[in-house]
Amino acid sequence: MATLFPGRLFPTPVAVAQQLWEHLTAGRLISDLGKTLTRAFIAFFAAMLIGTAVGIALGRSRTLDRLFSSWLVIGLNLPAIVIAIMLYIWLGLTEFALILAVVLNKLPLVMTTIREGVRSFSADYDELARAYRFTFWRRLTFITVPQLMPFVLAAARTGLSLIWKIVLVFEVLGSDGGVGFRISTFFQFFDIKGILSYTTAFIAVVFVFEYLILRPLEHRILRWRQSA
Amino acid sequence: MIGPELKIDIEGKRFELLPPLLSGFSLTVEPSSVVALVGASGVGKSTLLRMIGGIDTVFTGRVTVDGAPAAEAPPPGFVFQDPRLLPWLSALDNIRVVRKDTTRGEAAEMLRRVGLAGYEDAFPHQLSGGMQRRVAIARAFSVNSRLLLLDEPFVSLDRTLVKEVEALLQSLLDATRPTTVFVTHLPEDAAMLADRAVVLAGRPARIVADFRFDSRRGDRSRTELEHIANQIAAASLEPASYG
Repeated sequence: MATLFPGRLFPTPVAVAQQLWEHLTAGRLISDLGKTLTRAFIAFFAAMLIGTAVGIALGRSRTLDRLFSSWLVIGLNLPAIVIAIMLYIWLGLTEFALILAVVLNKLPLVMTTIREGVRSFSADYDELARAYRFTFWRRLTFITVPQLMPFVLAAARTGLSLIWKIVLVFEVLGSDGGVGFRISTFFQFFDIKGILSYTTAFIAVVFVFEYLILRPLEHRILRWRQSA
Repeated sequence: MIGPELKIDIEGKRFELLPPLLSGFSLTVEPSSVVALVGASGVGKSTLLRMIGGIDTVFTGRVTVDGAPAAEAPPPGFVFQDPRLLPWLSALDNIRVVRKDTTRGEAAEMLRRVGLAGYEDAFPHQLSGGMQRRVAIARAFSVNSRLLLLDEPFVSLDRTLVKEVEALLQSLLDATRPTTVFVTHLPEDAAMLADRAVVLAGRPARIVADFRFDSRRGDRSRTELEHIANQIAAASLEPASYG
């Protein structure tokens, strides 16, 4: 595109790389990435913890599931931007409102995935645990958690990709820094080089998480499936 | 070591709207004897085994293991119809998981006794059906239980594997002498492995025949095995009373 349409709207990869280097060494890239990643990870861990606990409860209790399943459908389909705007109005343009908006957007996905995981638990393993008089902790460690792990990992993977996207959108909507905030500033000046350099840096961070953390973790936890 | 005595007195056992599976059912199993429960599918053999194992406690009546209610008795060695190994644990850890105190060395020794030395780190899906069954047997014996419960231990195995697993069970039973109850629908398996065969039929299930064999299991000739199997098969075919 840069070869066909030279100009500031289609910068070359070299120009983007130079811009990236400038932001990295003299600009605010590191601090913006730090802010965005902090928000993303606080939201991620909060949503995973709450979503897993509630998902287990919904999977175990038919009554709870009947009570909350329609709310879950609403949560899954409510536009992310609506939640963010509502929270910004109610709580102001605060860090807490931003993170809470991300958590509330991710929660239904985690809850649904974990609920389905719990529903798929094998009654045979429960019977094995009863026959051999497993204690609560032994049952949790060797029967419940291993059956839940593939679903936790699936929720983590899909949830993380969702969070990467919505954190940036919410930062555009109202924040005092972060990758999304900076991209919105570049947008106001039609600074495509700036947008692409920040995007490249962000994608690099996502790749680092994918290949240095998520995949090795997944490989380790699910090695019993992969060693065929 | 001698196995416990089992006393089974079931007033009633039913599944929701169905007619009672067991009603007014009594059976005593002597210490260290090997008893086969023989009967058609659905007669209640496996349910009875689960009650003895303390897994199924939803019934009226009493099942005791040396005087203690089954669910409060020490864990039995239980072999299910399927190997029921935990797929996320290695063969060695599948043995260790059922008893906290089993060391790696003891678990490895159990695997060696069932002919699986060298497979300690194999996951269940890396083992054949027969090998998985042997791990399940090693697991059952590893709890050092005086009570062994086997639910159709030969089902879905080909005849060569049946012989292999039978020989393995014979040697382990001779070595440890637990009280053993095993469920089967095949008279041949009962003839091969049991000191006593209890034939069940009907709904609610009742005992239609109770055979005690004088000869030592493992020493029975081919003719004797056939004779015993025919006896059990004939009893199984007797018309059962329903209702």
